[in-house]
Amino acid sequence: MSTPASYANPKLFWKRWGGLIVTTVLILAAIAYYYAREPHVTEAVLASTLRQSVPLVLGALCGLIGERSAVINIGIEGQMLLAAFIAFMVNVWTGNLLVAVLAGVFIGAVLGLLLAFMSVTLKIDQIIGGTVINILAIGLTGYFYQVGLSAKGKLNPIPLGPLAKIPLIGPVLFDNPPITYAAIILVFVVHYVLFYTPWGLRTRAVGEHPRAADTLGINVYLVRYVNVTIGGALAGLAGAYLSLEAVGSFDRLMTNGRGFVALAVMIFGKWTPLGSFGAALLFGFATALQTQLQFGGKINIPPQFIGMLPYLLTIIVLAGFVGKARPPAADGIPYEKEG
Amino acid sequence: MSENEVYALEVRNIVKRFPGVLANDHVNFNLRKGEIHALLGENGAGKTTLMNIIYGLYTPDEGEIYVDGKKVEIQSPHDAIRLGIGMVHQHFMLVPVFTVAENLVLGAEPTKGWQLDLKAAREAVRRLSEHYGLEVDPDAVVEDLPVGVQQRVEILKALYREAKILVLDEPTAVLTPQEVEELFVIMRELTKRGVSIIFITHKLKEVLAIADRITVMRRGRVVGTTTPAEATEESLARMMVGREVVLQVPKGPAKPGDVVLEVRDLKVEDERGLMAVNGVSFEVREGEILGIAGVQGNGQTELVEAITGLRSAREGKVLLGGVEAPFRRPRFLIEHGMAHIPEDRQKHGLVLSYSIADNLVLCTYYKPPFAHGLQRNQQAILENARRLVKEYDVRTPSIFTPASALSGGNQQKVIVAREFSRPVRLLVANQPTRGLDVGSIEYIHKRVVEMRDHGAAVLLVSAELDEIMSLSDRIAVMYRGKIVAIVNAGEVDKSQLGLLMAGGQLQPA
Ligand SMILES: Nc1ncnc2c1ncn2[C@@H]1O[C@H](COP(=O)(O)OP(=O)(O)O)[C@@H](O)[C@H]1O
Ligand SMILES: [Mg+2]
Repeated sequence: MSTPASYANPKLFWKRWGGLIVTTVLILAAIAYYYAREPHVTEAVLASTLRQSVPLVLGALCGLIGERSAVINIGIEGQMLLAAFIAFMVNVWTGNLLVAVLAGVFIGAVLGLLLAFMSVTLKIDQIIGGTVINILAIGLTGYFYQVGLSAKGKLNPIPLGPLAKIPLIGPVLFDNPPITYAAIILVFVVHYVLFYTPWGLRTRAVGEHPRAADTLGINVYLVRYVNVTIGGALAGLAGAYLSLEAVGSFDRLMTNGRGFVALAVMIFGKWTPLGSFGAALLFGFATALQTQLQFGGKINIPPQFIGMLPYLLTIIVLAGFVGKARPPAADGIPYEKEG
Repeated sequence: MSENEVYALEVRNIVKRFPGVLANDHVNFNLRKGEIHALLGENGAGKTTLMNIIYGLYTPDEGEIYVDGKKVEIQSPHDAIRLGIGMVHQHFMLVPVFTVAENLVLGAEPTKGWQLDLKAAREAVRRLSEHYGLEVDPDAVVEDLPVGVQQRVEILKALYREAKILVLDEPTAVLTPQEVEELFVIMRELTKRGVSIIFITHKLKEVLAIADRITVMRRGRVVGTTTPAEATEESLARMMVGREVVLQVPKGPAKPGDVVLEVRDLKVEDERGLMAVNGVSFEVREGEILGIAGVQGNGQTELVEAITGLRSAREGKVLLGGVEAPFRRPRFLIEHGMAHIPEDRQKHGLVLSYSIADNLVLCTYYKPPFAHGLQRNQQAILENARRLVKEYDVRTPSIFTPASALSGGNQQKVIVAREFSRPVRLLVANQPTRGLDVGSIEYIHKRVVEMRDHGAAVLLVSAELDEIMSLSDRIAVMYRGKIVAIVNAGEVDKSQLGLLMAGGQLQPA
């Protein structure tokens, strides 16, 4: 799970990538089929799939860079929530969307730093540390939230010139608001950093065998601090997405469990950015489909059941289909220096 | 040598205290350029502590370190690496899911711009392995490699960082005899290229075979320094332990009685579904020790696991006292008088996080006097622990100490105490002295022979030929899942056994 396999051996190649290739072909065929029959619905569902997946994939990236360095972050939900709130409030005060986004990212990073302090320095149980952040965020946002505030604007789609005009692909991929673009780019950036840079190698070493890293002169604590803090910033971006891009306002508990679903996404994606992106799209699709089914009004199922779809998928995926995913060996274990 | 010789490394008056332990007590030690200096001592003598100080993992409370005659401060492994000190730790410091190349460069990565240059890393593995004759595939994932090869990777790691001083902390503890030979070749090669080596062990034969000088430590102190020419196994053992040690436990002839263990046509698969034990039959009688010799990985582990109820067999039977024993029912076996000293004492012999007292009742906790119905009888459990700790001489701060805090030898004593304190008809001992020092080996050997003399049947599995030869009454040789020969102990010598273990045949005399 750590390095790209060698491509020299075709048998190995198929064993590793065969399933993925077959699945992709099947998905593309299905899309083509539905697009031919119902172009507008298909377009809407796919565009919505991508946008629904944005907070999930950002949350999953946050979770995985933490866990790759062996810090479990179950406070993603809280980081997102507080960031969504702060980003919204800053937008209300300043009316400057860029500043608002940066404020959300900053708050996420601060909460990341707090988690790192609790779990790396104080060596508090990481589940408890994450829970502290979740409760803190719920409490703070609930206390300071005022009903009736409204912001002047939200982040709108930016069509990418002629690319946006391509049928189906254009509206789905090249006509999105900025944080959605950013999320896609970040998937590849994190993938690159994790698997192709010295920092990534050290991060993974710290997550697998911190003492080995320590004996090679790598600062285990520093690596964990940096990863968890940057992870918090990513969760903060997800929060800003929710309040500034998806909705344009803040609601109590508006994260609605996405921080936890993001952890499921991370596990389903086997602690890799690309895998998490795929998993996030699957979950995003479930949500998009659910919305379409509820409001398309074509089938006769109580909406409560349809609304369960994404969560049901989480349970099924985690219970059965994760396969032989193996978390980093030192995941969740505080590191003690000796002597 | 001259009076003011410049040593590659010298430490003076090193003191290191841990809570309740004086691990290093004014230690003086020096390493000449290009020599192999063996550091010998029982478990807990303070060898690893001294090396961790040299490598910057521990800070000494007192004392000075000199490299090439210059006084140095070593605050972290970083400093040590910079000074040309490399260390192969007792427990390997390799990331199991990384490739050899990734492990090699970790912490000192070659780069192209921002990017990790894995091509250069592979190249470095190839260059170093060629230069030093240490063959290893740069793209192999470390966890798939045998320990002997993993150790080479550790050595390469030090060489990649241009170590001139190499510390090998008990490198042979995990190796098969063949791998030990290969390691020695490598060590000699390294010294020819100007590397100075500190070689830590508690195996006397190895020290005499490879070292230029020998320093012995006991209870945190240096007892003395000698050379292989001046020392013998006996004298070294005496220095290590501080008293006379019997290297060969005396034992009378066996008085075999009824058959206790009978194994018939046993076939057992390993994890990969390969037939690791492929049709094995033998019996062990009351009052005798049957030794199973063989190079590790020839099915001994699977055989023992099937006999002791830890693994199912594909075919065949195991009879204990004439009764067919079910597979995977260890409690049945325990209640029928089987005692087991497992190969991996930390994984299968103890619950490391439990106290010594609890570990001592792992087989009997559910029965009186240790339980009344659903309730534990704490008093009986503690009493039992106090008695056994005393009787078996377990060195521990208290009976409430977790098993993980004990040294290997004392952990093994806890297991032996637990297993031998029940009525025993069959003792299965798998590598009972692996990793232990001479004092503990002597102790375990005495107990095993005592067990035999009390009428137990003993099945001993060991990769150490010396152990097999000195304890067994009969010897079965295992090769590729089969028993290729069963001989009486007095009738073969070491080289003949070695031949059988390698798949050869004995020439008819
Ligand atoms: N990190 C530590 N904390 C407390 N005690 C330790 C630590 N490391 C070693 N010791 C103690 O110091 C003594 C020497 O241990 P060690 O150097 O590992 O011995 P050796 O390597 O010769 O077997 C032992 O009594 C051991 O329990
Ligand atoms: Mg040691």
